[in-house]
Amino acid sequence: MQEAIPLNWRKYPERYRLEGTHCEECGQDFYPKKNICPNCRRKGKLEDKQMPREGKIISYSKVKASHKDFKDETPYYVALIELKNGVTIFSQVVDSLDNEVEIGAEVEKVFRKLNDKKYGVIAYSHKFRVKK
Amino acid sequence: MRDVVIIGTGQTKFGEKWEKSLKALMAEAGVKAVKNSKIKGEEIDALYTGCMASGRLVGQEHIGALVADQVGLNPIPSTRVEAACASGGTALRTAYLSIKSGEHDLVVAGGGEKMVDVPTERVNYALGGAGDQETEIFNGATFAALYALMARKHMEKYGTTEKQLAEVSVKNHENGAKNPYAQYQREISVESVMNSPEIASPLKLFDCSPITDGAASVVLTTKEKAEEKGKDYIEIKASAQASDTLNLANRKSITEIKATQQASRKAYEQSGIKPEQVDFAEVHDCFTIAEILAMEDLGFYEKGEAAKAVEQGKTKLEGELPINPSGGLKAKGHPVGATGIAQAIEAYKQLTGKAKERQIENPKTALTHNIGGTGATAVVHMFQKPSKEE
Repeated sequence: MQEAIPLNWRKYPERYRLEGTHCEECGQDFYPKKNICPNCRRKGKLEDKQMPREGKIISYSKVKASHKDFKDETPYYVALIELKNGVTIFSQVVDSLDNEVEIGAEVEKVFRKLNDKKYGVIAYSHKFRVKK
Repeated sequence: MRDVVIIGTGQTKFGEKWEKSLKALMAEAGVKAVKNSKIKGEEIDALYTGCMASGRLVGQEHIGALVADQVGLNPIPSTRVEAACASGGTALRTAYLSIKSGEHDLVVAGGGEKMVDVPTERVNYALGGAGDQETEIFNGATFAALYALMARKHMEKYGTTEKQLAEVSVKNHENGAKNPYAQYQREISVESVMNSPEIASPLKLFDCSPITDGAASVVLTTKEKAEEKGKDYIEIKASAQASDTLNLANRKSITEIKATQQASRKAYEQSGIKPEQVDFAEVHDCFTIAEILAMEDLGFYEKGEAAKAVEQGKTKLEGELPINPSGGLKAKGHPVGATGIAQAIEAYKQLTGKAKERQIENPKTALTHNIGGTGATAVVHMFQKPSKEE
């Protein structure tokens, strides 16, 4: 599942480049990618679009009890981040001090390893850090 | 259209049931419900069973077939219903619809989960299936973390405090202590909640519902049949369901669950019962913040006012609107697939005067509220004690 090679390969554009979807019809941006526009459904005209790489923290949490794939990394921060185009993304917040992680903090995307525990797939993804 | 009623219920004790398998739990609850309903196996037309994660927890799918087989009811149709933590509530709804439509006359709606066989981190991974696997769980989310994001925002926006959240757990334990089927039958203090280990800030261990084994069943039939049998029953006055985005990030707001608002609005319309006329409610307190959100989204309290109401004791057993008289998911336990059914069981017991130590004085209406994930599915049922004049 999570460790499946095809699954991880399919997700490269989304995870590495924050590639989401733009609907020409309603003009809205979406992340993660959409197969159908939630507003326009079949009338939608979807195309790939990269999301902005900066935003601000809407909410955050310090995770101390994780699920099995992240046991070695606790504690770590997760957050909901509102990107500059209004799209909200869920991601980890790294390289930031406790007193820097707060609602409203300006953050920027970084490229990080997620984990490499399964079947040799080294999974990478977006993470965010508080702008200095 | 036909009136659908619940004529009997049965459940296992909820808790860490090392010696009981999923099969044993399901069979126990089902047999008890049938016995308590004073019906014979031959009268059952179909089975609907809620079960969320048996595949990941015990490697078993095809739960519909498993249940029919375990209780000796082959060849009747038996279906598993899955909507994450709302599996039980949606199984109840599916069973209700099967009778309402005229397809069946008497069915059993059940739910169960076997969770303690695997270590906590694996349970967290399995429960992660209630969210968006690819974008939430993959990036390190747990359910506690997702609800923690909602809690922190609610605290920022409305001034809700960690201490107020703790009061939710304290109240639910007070109630659970009076429930012989509850996983935790002991009271706790606000201090013990505040001092419990942090799971995902600001949520601590005692803000979170536990990992639980258990199963629960209810027997549904038509009002006519219940009257014929002379069996006491409660009426299902409304059954409503709504959906929202799978992931939390795509929601329009993270300080409310729109699906709850939409489902409950339909339930109030269908039943003709207004929020202020609901005598008590069993709501989905997977985490303390979830109970606060439910109180507001169900229209019982204004946005931002629920935490104060809990602090003031308004939702205790003896309060103006008892919430989770059973002990809720926190104290009663949360065997995921069983929860929605267990809520209906509490409604049945309270409305038929069988709640013993937890008995609310003369309740006539009850609302149950079951959520899947962080609010991607919401199922609301309204129950009513039959009026004597009919």
